[in-house]
Amino acid sequence: MKLNLKVWRQKGAETGGKFETYTVEANEHMSFLEMLDVLNEQLIAEQKEPVSFEHDCREGICGTCSMVINGHPHGPMKGTTTCQLHMRHFNDGETITIEPFRANAFPVIKDLVVDRSAFDRIIQAGGYISVNTGQAQDGNSIPIEKELASEAFDAATCIGCGACVAACPNASAMLFTSAKISHLNMLPQGEVEAAQRVLNMVDQMDAEGFGACSNVTACEAECPKDISVKNIARVNREYFAATLASERVSKK
Amino acid sequence: MKLDGKIPAGDLSEKWTKYRGTMNLVAPNNKRRIDVIVVGSGLAGASAAATLGELGYNVKCFTFHDSPRRAHSIAAQGGINAAKNYQNDGDSVFRLFYDTIKGGDYRSREANVHRLAEASRNIIDQAVAQGVPFAREYGGLLANRSFGGVQVSRTFYARGQTGQQLLIGAYQSLSRQISLGNVEMYNRHEMLDVVVVDGKARGIITRNLVTGEIERHAAHAVVLGTGGYGNVFYLSTNAMNSNVTAAWRATKRGALMANPCFTQIHPTCIPVSGEYQSKLTLMSESLRNDGRVWVPAKKEDVLAIREGRLKPTEIAEEDRDYYLERRYPAFGNLVPRDVASRAAKVACDEGHGVNATGLAVYLDFDDAIMRYGKSEAHSKGLYNASAADIRALGEQVVEAKYGNLFEMYEKITGENPYKTPMMIFPAVHYTMGGLWVDYNLETNIPGLFAVGEANFSDHGANRLGASALMQGLADGYFVLPYTIGQFLSGEIRTPKIDDQLPEFEAAEKAVKERLAQFMNIKGKQSVESFHRRLGKIMWEYCGMSRSAEGLNKARKMIQDLRAEFYADAFVPGDLNEYNPELEKAARVADFLELGELMVVDALDRNESCGGHFREEYQTPEGEALRNDKDYTYVSAWEWTDTSTDPVLHKEELKFENVELKTRSYK
Repeated sequence: MKLNLKVWRQKGAETGGKFETYTVEANEHMSFLEMLDVLNEQLIAEQKEPVSFEHDCREGICGTCSMVINGHPHGPMKGTTTCQLHMRHFNDGETITIEPFRANAFPVIKDLVVDRSAFDRIIQAGGYISVNTGQAQDGNSIPIEKELASEAFDAATCIGCGACVAACPNASAMLFTSAKISHLNMLPQGEVEAAQRVLNMVDQMDAEGFGACSNVTACEAECPKDISVKNIARVNREYFAATLASERVSKK
Repeated sequence: MKLDGKIPAGDLSEKWTKYRGTMNLVAPNNKRRIDVIVVGSGLAGASAAATLGELGYNVKCFTFHDSPRRAHSIAAQGGINAAKNYQNDGDSVFRLFYDTIKGGDYRSREANVHRLAEASRNIIDQAVAQGVPFAREYGGLLANRSFGGVQVSRTFYARGQTGQQLLIGAYQSLSRQISLGNVEMYNRHEMLDVVVVDGKARGIITRNLVTGEIERHAAHAVVLGTGGYGNVFYLSTNAMNSNVTAAWRATKRGALMANPCFTQIHPTCIPVSGEYQSKLTLMSESLRNDGRVWVPAKKEDVLAIREGRLKPTEIAEEDRDYYLERRYPAFGNLVPRDVASRAAKVACDEGHGVNATGLAVYLDFDDAIMRYGKSEAHSKGLYNASAADIRALGEQVVEAKYGNLFEMYEKITGENPYKTPMMIFPAVHYTMGGLWVDYNLETNIPGLFAVGEANFSDHGANRLGASALMQGLADGYFVLPYTIGQFLSGEIRTPKIDDQLPEFEAAEKAVKERLAQFMNIKGKQSVESFHRRLGKIMWEYCGMSRSAEGLNKARKMIQDLRAEFYADAFVPGDLNEYNPELEKAARVADFLELGELMVVDALDRNESCGGHFREEYQTPEGEALRNDKDYTYVSAWEWTDTSTDPVLHKEELKFENVELKTRSYK
């Protein structure tokens, strides 16, 4: 199949960028990234600079892919990362637009590569349970209801890719942040620090320059791991409760 | 060079406890003055960096990824072993130890493996305390399943994403130490050299992958948790950026590379579909709990299937060859990986492979679906359920167990594995070989440590399923933080290491010259194309089966390819910018050397053991034929100068607690 690609090219964070158009010969069994590999091999053969894009595991779990395909983060398939998207879902002769995840808090490094270190800093603000190595009791001494463990797991499957931010008209990181808070606050192990966790992580999210959540729920629709917006509702509730508790106020 | 494994004296089951109780410690006031560099942020690196930070050392942690959470440990699917005996099925530390030694075909160190089995129990406790959402039973307790090569259920899991959940647990612990200021994190930094001062590892040279800047980082000790080198085969289940560079740069500085030819070919991966393919996808071993492996017994059925005239579901039960169940009745579909992979190769070599390339076998869930369906119907009181209803119920059970894997399979192949059997074929997955380390996980360069897949220590010639996560976390959480004290306790009077020392100067210069050399080749062929060609040589001659003739041929081919690379590779872009092609060039250049060493190692080992199958050494039934008299040793290779031959150093393996036997799963 022959495809026309409109790809965002940007030299660096400080320079502007623009779309360049390329034609590439692909086949339907290729993954989207393998199709881009073909484009890059083509560019290298012409002694031109290949398109920089980030990728690693190519099996939908590392969260490294960071491109918007035809307006959708990770492309048009529901619950699918870019690396798991295959060309059989596109048509011969189609024009495909490819651009980076766009958000103020995700500055472009080059072409389709963006800086998502803001997510790391949100986790550093409280996305953990404070337990040093060696302090743990026997694993089976804390029974956890199967359904609850499963719900915590659903929140914990977030791969930290940032598609939720790219999908949101406000570039809010609420789905990412709430998934981590939910995962930990739901479990008995995470309960002790629950109130402080929600305050600190939400504060850090705001400090990074992500927008506010206005319940558009595009994040859930585009999330490659189907993380639910229920997590956002839960966190709003917990945030409110935490600010009501005496002496526990948001740093803002 | 005399290799000393530094294995403590005493009874096997007491070695670690006694050693831990008597080893040298570093007092808290001194820990604050000691700097440690950890390279890599996967299970081993992140857990080591976090734990060293908790202990009070000044830690700097490096990853080439944009975040420590991206390390390839994240892709591990099936589970993690631990000798908890929660199932009351006869498991124990000794049994896990024994299974691992036997599974590794008697080519690993007893003392290391026993320590691993002991630590396995603490890992589960630690992970649960961190909030890792393991699978649970209705009573709220932890669930287990079985993996290959064992007859107990000791594998803990979090659906098919156990690696992800454990890595996120370690990443969160690391994040906490970063926020406390105990660990300084360097994302998007790739280590390109180790700096050795007066015989001790004292720092590293890195490239900032965004700006291209070459930086010096000094410390009292350096820990490498940089993973395995499976990508030397180009096509593997490893992530695209996984590479050998950190370990290989250490080798070039005099560290020994142990058993490099021991690579694990995983039996259940999605088959190759075409030339453009960039990587292979694993289907977790846990699927072999319920999936049955088969090929059509009749050649005419094989042909009809390849030509699309027949569907696998149309082949009668008696015309199917469930070859694992036939050849290995005791373990059936759950034989270890090396055995299952070779059996698939035999089936395909004999002409029974089922896809267009002839390189695929079936993994069939039909029996499991019907079995679970019946049980579900029964528990719901549906005694007269139709076959279709039973099937639907069974599919739900299978979905709950393996849903994400089935979905992944369907996304990649476009086929629905609930309705038609999966097609699978072996692919490179893990490397048992790695940097030689002693009992302290220290390489032969004092102050240079290796943890996780980067070292060679625990899996012998074949790793059992669900043991990689166990080893990475055991090393990082429960072994290295103790054993590094043996070295660092001697360094409490050593002032901060100065990065202006001539050794740093020289190493930085060498790195810059090497990178400039890649840019200046200005040839015509892409780096990727060299990598692909190297991979084909490795797979053909140093893959699932090897022969002296093929290996000798491969060595020459790799040398020629390496020469061609330095004459005709093309690296676009500039040195001082974000340049993935330059990163790739440096990594592929290292693979082009490592590949040759693997071939040399495979040639030296005139026996078949575990993942290393030499065609010349097999039983009449085609099983691996080990030679314990001549090869019960670790091959540790010294190779600092590629213009000379690698030098072999042997560490004899002593077995005092298990009897060396022919490994049988029949």
